[in-house]
Amino acid sequence: MTGDGAYRPLQVRGRVLSNERVGAYHHLTLVAPGIAERTRPGAFVALAVGGDETSMLLRRSFSAYRARESGVYGGTVEVVLAVHGRGTAWLAGLRPRDELDVVGPLGRPFTLPKEPVPCVLVGGGYGSAPLFSLAERLRERGCAVHMVLGAASQQLLFGVLEARRSAQSVEISTDDGSMGVRGVVTDLLPAVLDRTGGAVVYACGPMGMLGAVAGVAADHGAWSQCAVEEQMACGVGVCMTCVLPVRGDDSEVRMVRSCTEGPVFRGDRVLWDAVGTVPAGTVGAPASTAPR
Amino acid sequence: MSAGSDAAAVDLSVEIAGVVFPTPVMTASGCAAAGRELAPFLDVAGLGAVVTKSVLLDARSGRPTPRMVETPSGMLNSIGLQGPGIDAFLAHDLPWLVQRGARAVVSIAGGSLGEYAELGRRVGSSPGVAAVEVNISCPNVEERGLVFACDPFQAGRAVGAARRGIPREVPVLAKLSPDVTDIVSVAKSVLEAGATGLSLVNTTLGLALDPHTLRPVLAGVTGGLSGPAIRPVALRCVWQVHAAMPEVPIVGIGGIRTGLDALEFLAAGATAVQVGTVTFHDPSAPERVAHELRAELATRGICSPRDVVGVAHREPG
Repeated sequence: MTGDGAYRPLQVRGRVLSNERVGAYHHLTLVAPGIAERTRPGAFVALAVGGDETSMLLRRSFSAYRARESGVYGGTVEVVLAVHGRGTAWLAGLRPRDELDVVGPLGRPFTLPKEPVPCVLVGGGYGSAPLFSLAERLRERGCAVHMVLGAASQQLLFGVLEARRSAQSVEISTDDGSMGVRGVVTDLLPAVLDRTGGAVVYACGPMGMLGAVAGVAADHGAWSQCAVEEQMACGVGVCMTCVLPVRGDDSEVRMVRSCTEGPVFRGDRVLWDAVGTVPAGTVGAPASTAPR
Repeated sequence: MSAGSDAAAVDLSVEIAGVVFPTPVMTASGCAAAGRELAPFLDVAGLGAVVTKSVLLDARSGRPTPRMVETPSGMLNSIGLQGPGIDAFLAHDLPWLVQRGARAVVSIAGGSLGEYAELGRRVGSSPGVAAVEVNISCPNVEERGLVFACDPFQAGRAVGAARRGIPREVPVLAKLSPDVTDIVSVAKSVLEAGATGLSLVNTTLGLALDPHTLRPVLAGVTGGLSGPAIRPVALRCVWQVHAAMPEVPIVGIGGIRTGLDALEFLAAGATAVQVGTVTFHDPSAPERVAHELRAELATRGICSPRDVVGVAHREPG
């Protein structure tokens, strides 16, 4: 993926087409020529924040919610963001026609099944954002699409109505019971897999949720594809900060970059419980070092 | 050339100990991997050089996460020199750069004098290496983990060990830490040990706390501070070393974001510069800075970056 061939992200001057509040989140639509055409579900964009003289040097990375190849203004990429700090607050405050530097598409997108098998898409909070374009692609291939959305509360769910439009079935959980079942997505997922015969589980959301979803999928003999949310400085593969322990085809565990080798990983390959550590036996780990 | 000349008339090429670089703007070690990831955003062959991420003898997993935190106009990193080791580097990364016509400045890092010596031999005997940069901001396992770069004697020993295996015609740049009382004495020591020139400077040690837990953010507790936040510190180091040893080639590094920043380093005494952390913000920055430097020189009616090296030290008029 990091070769010179098909994988060529672009760096463009993007222009804000719209920026709308959706529940607790902000839905930002950017005119980003060339990027939309290349963006596949699960890929992400890295946005520079704060303007040209910014003191915030690190890019903020977001999964593409939607990418439209051509509109009146050219190709657009849409992202959903939550305000966590100054950088995301700056993005939330952008107005139509404001400009910002956009790099993308980045990362390995979701892998689609070759056969028209039933698929279950699981989103935590605004982690559901990349699942809607994925659902579209899956439906085009004849896959039955089912969705499970979860969040701490109703306000923190994203895309419930869109899910009802795009999936054959939608189940919802909230920690506080303000919508759907009180609980978490993995309380619902086993029954959904049983009912639908789901062969592939796609998930995006917090790391803890992804680990649990991957576990449930494995218990049901389903493949899982998980899009991780690791903190990144550059998004393009040069900073080495967004690493997590992943088992490779050779069964060796390596600290791999979630920006270039991910953000989508096979759920059975990530050492979920060891994320944030360098597990013993990892390639290049000091022989006697316990994870700090 | 008169003031306000044509940018096309500026020849950006510079020379370090007989090796010519087409522009004075290089990537900085650890901020460009081995060049490949930046290829979608810039022409690696057009850069002054690609300075590769410091390579160790063996594969290294690096530290746990979080490995970085943003700070005002900068960042802290604590990566722990994650990398594939010298064998994989020489088999995959170096040939990629050489095939594309990029000048490869290979950064090496060791934990002992023996490792520096071995790395110097391995890299020194590899074709296509434009120069070697010796990263000495590493703990010396034989000296209770003290960082080589913080002690003039040990700094010189590490550079000397690497230098012995590197052919005379390949320049050796010693990359110094700003976290020392007297950077000039460290510079003298590594030059006596055989360094051709100096890369000034590496990151400076910093700390950031989580506002909620009031605990260190980084898994490695402390981290190296980089970015425009350290630019005045780096510029001061270049100034001090050039003032003491004006004939020594210096590559200036620290928070360079624009062509004007690069010009300041040249004026303070650097022959070339490296663009590091700003590449995370703008992956095309190393190329852009060279374009901007060309324009800055042209505006001032200067034909070559060689003509401004050290001009900040001259009395006006």
